Amino acid sequence: MNGPLATLTIVASLVLAGWAGVATARNRPPGRSHLVGLGVLGLIVVALTVAAVIAIAEGERPASMATFVGYLVTIVCLPPLGWVLARMEPTRWGSGIVMTVCLVVPVLVLRLEQTWSVVSHG
Amino acid sequence: MAEQRTAGERATSTGPGRVLVLIYLLFAIAATSRAGVQIATKFDEARLAYLLSAVAAVIYIVATVGLARDGAFGRRLAWVCCTVELVGVLAVGAASVLAPDAFPHETVWSGFGRGYGYVPLVLPLIGLYWLRRTARP
Repeated sequence: MNGPLATLTIVASLVLAGWAGVATARNRPPGRSHLVGLGVLGLIVVALTVAAVIAIAEGERPASMATFVGYLVTIVCLPPLGWVLARMEPTRWGSGIVMTVCLVVPVLVLRLEQTWSVVSHG
Repeated sequence: MAEQRTAGERATSTGPGRVLVLIYLLFAIAATSRAGVQIATKFDEARLAYLLSAVAAVIYIVATVGLARDGAFGRRLAWVCCTVELVGVLAVGAASVLAPDAFPHETVWSGFGRGYGYVPLVLPLIGLYWLRRTARP
């Protein structure tokens, strides 16, 4: 869980958050770039989830399975949720929604890493 | 499916309100998952703290619904929830600081929402402000 995929998720998410923040500050609705960005972020998060599921299938166990799975489900749902809400709000606040989602995703990745590393570090 | 609004009121669920609904939704999910895991796996360790988690979860859910539904009823619902939330985060926050022994287990509201970047402390204030602002013509 502490691999390059987790780092990629965090970086991509923060870049998109910054880009959406610019749109919010400039009073612009979310554009194609933001929606495509959310799509890409969604795919990265799915890849992260698949990697985690494979690790679990191979016998690794997070400290609290229920917590870990809860975070996984939430993080997978976030980009699509942001996409739908941003489409419903074609104002600067739609960009604010993209930014909010992209600020929450890195927090969830960090929490996933914490729940995971408790086991790997004994 | 917004209900009828009184003249001069604006929707609570659009514009900045939609960001607010999203943040409330995220907290509803976070608090519900946390309470669910705590109650399912270790309820006997700290019944009070975990019941408080569950209460907080319900309040976030109802506040989300109230803000998203809009109209007189949704507005009242959201107002009550934001108020309870504010009182709750202040009371639990103060209690967890003054009597840490009574709150050895984390809840969303422990330490004034420290574990969640103090968002639980600020959120009800923004909620109440938003309800006030949209009520004016």
